[in-house]
Amino acid sequence: MEGAWEIAFVFFQVWLSIVVGLIMLPAMFGVSLGFTDIYIKVFLLLCLVSFQILYVLSGIIEKDDGSMQEEIGELRRSHPKNLAGGDFTLCDAFYFCKKGIENIVEDQVTQRFTSEELASWNLLTRTNNNFCYISLRLTIIWGLGVFIRYCILLPLRITLAVIGLSWLVIGTILVGLLPSSNVKNWLSDLVHITCYRICARGLSATIRYHNKENRPKKGGICVANHTSPIDIVILANDGCYAMVGQVHGGLMGVLQRSIVRSCPHVWFERSEMKDRHAVAKRLKDHIADKTKLPILIFPEGTCINNTSVMMFKKGSFEIGGTIYPVAIKYDPQFGDAFWNSAKYNMVSYLLRMMTSWAIVCNVWYLPPMTRQDGEDAVQFANRVKSAIAHQGGLVDLSWDGGLKREKVKESLKEEQQKMYSSMIIDTSDSSLS
Amino acid sequence: MGSTNSTLLKIPNVEVLMQETGFSPAHIIRLHDRFKALDKEGRGHLCPHDFGAIKELAMNPIGDRIIGAFFSPGKETVDFHTFVKILAHFRPVDKDRPKEPNSPEPINSRSNKLKFAFQLYDQDKDGKISRDELLQVLRAMLGMQVTDEQLESIADRTIQEADLDRDDAISFEEFRKSLEKINIDHKMSIRFLR
Repeated sequence: MEGAWEIAFVFFQVWLSIVVGLIMLPAMFGVSLGFTDIYIKVFLLLCLVSFQILYVLSGIIEKDDGSMQEEIGELRRSHPKNLAGGDFTLCDAFYFCKKGIENIVEDQVTQRFTSEELASWNLLTRTNNNFCYISLRLTIIWGLGVFIRYCILLPLRITLAVIGLSWLVIGTILVGLLPSSNVKNWLSDLVHITCYRICARGLSATIRYHNKENRPKKGGICVANHTSPIDIVILANDGCYAMVGQVHGGLMGVLQRSIVRSCPHVWFERSEMKDRHAVAKRLKDHIADKTKLPILIFPEGTCINNTSVMMFKKGSFEIGGTIYPVAIKYDPQFGDAFWNSAKYNMVSYLLRMMTSWAIVCNVWYLPPMTRQDGEDAVQFANRVKSAIAHQGGLVDLSWDGGLKREKVKESLKEEQQKMYSSMIIDTSDSSLS
Repeated sequence: MGSTNSTLLKIPNVEVLMQETGFSPAHIIRLHDRFKALDKEGRGHLCPHDFGAIKELAMNPIGDRIIGAFFSPGKETVDFHTFVKILAHFRPVDKDRPKEPNSPEPINSRSNKLKFAFQLYDQDKDGKISRDELLQVLRAMLGMQVTDEQLESIADRTIQEADLDRDDAISFEEFRKSLEKINIDHKMSIRFLR
């Protein structure tokens, strides 16, 4: 019996030293031993071997890109011209009918809130909705994949995550004991960055940062598109930010309370969130102090599935200050990073993340923007949103991310009616008079 | 290929459905996924409320009528079969289908597409679009953007053009004749990408 315990203990020691020596320490110093790169290359080779080429679907049905004017104009062109004026024709309804049926089959909004589909399979069951038995060879490879992911990768990743988060809590509490000084700030940054680097290793994340010269500076506001809570780890790997958010209980609450000891973050009580002026004031005060870290905000307000950018809430753009836009784009081949909060809670989401192959993403730092004269907050927000969408190769939508849960406003229907009426009234007016 | 698809097997009478509508197995699966996505409570059928949840449909001026087309008079639910059969109207016309004299007209024929559109106007299903019905559709599509007088004059003009037998209503034949030059296949068809 004792022999077995000794062996287990030795095994555990070996395991821990591998984790610390080969993964944690290099991570803390920002050094890459190249393991993740090799791993990703092997994975791609494996996929090639199984003749599964990965590319991403863009939609289910062909959609005509024409505007209402163009489509209805085309419909009417084949209709014999009526010289008595009056520009309504019976076929006009076809346009609305077709659009309606297209939306029943597939609509722009709902599909943003479900995961992007892959045209071929990357050996994760979860990405193959119509999972069915295809061939013995593929099933064996898949089975091997499951073993590797759940029995080798998962324990490794959980170990790293636990180490990383504990280090964050302990480190920040220790740093918090020091009096305010430059040394304290430097140490705080060090603790934060090393912890996030360990967590990134814990997700097998490979992140490519572009245009590092545009990195957010102190006293500014960093704005990014939101796909999952992991976005924070991704961004904080390359810089230190002040987080903004609601006060939580439980584990999150512990994390929040400890990290605020070492450097100022902005945590709001639930009741404070409702008072927009109070929120704006606190944020303004934070960025006015040039020694404080840049604030990190996700203006969409909710997680989107990384194929598009939805409406930015104007609150962050009314505060003033310099906005540093950042575009984050995940590579869907390796794992779906999108958090569908309706389908998965935080724990099952993290489990999915840790049993994916890897997280590969690109981060682009865009040049800083400020609000120009004559531009209101909404226009400014849209300008920033377009820049981010353009850089990340995402579709720029003006739909509100809150539509996940709310109903469409009547005004949108009125807009459609207005557009259509302008095609009818202009010509009939002349014959009515 | 020899592989059976578990999703297809779950749908009852799927062979009949494919034959009647002409959808391929891949399309049926896609539509089934969509049906399940719309049926948020997993009841196995859809009610008007489920359609209303589609944001872009909610802002379509004749959205309510399109939704209404799925529900037979008196019925408040639509099952998957009916869902697919209605959507089959919008399949592109099969150009190389052999003309068998005894086979029923395919759901996506030019004539049936026109009938579908006709029924959007003819809500009481009496086979004619009356002046009132036309006014209702116009009001739906134009909302508060036009006055009653403008609406009436548009309706009058439209009936004048299309009404050949002078009964102050547009029958299906008159509707069809009025739109004979329109490329119905292009304008009332939806193409699947795969």
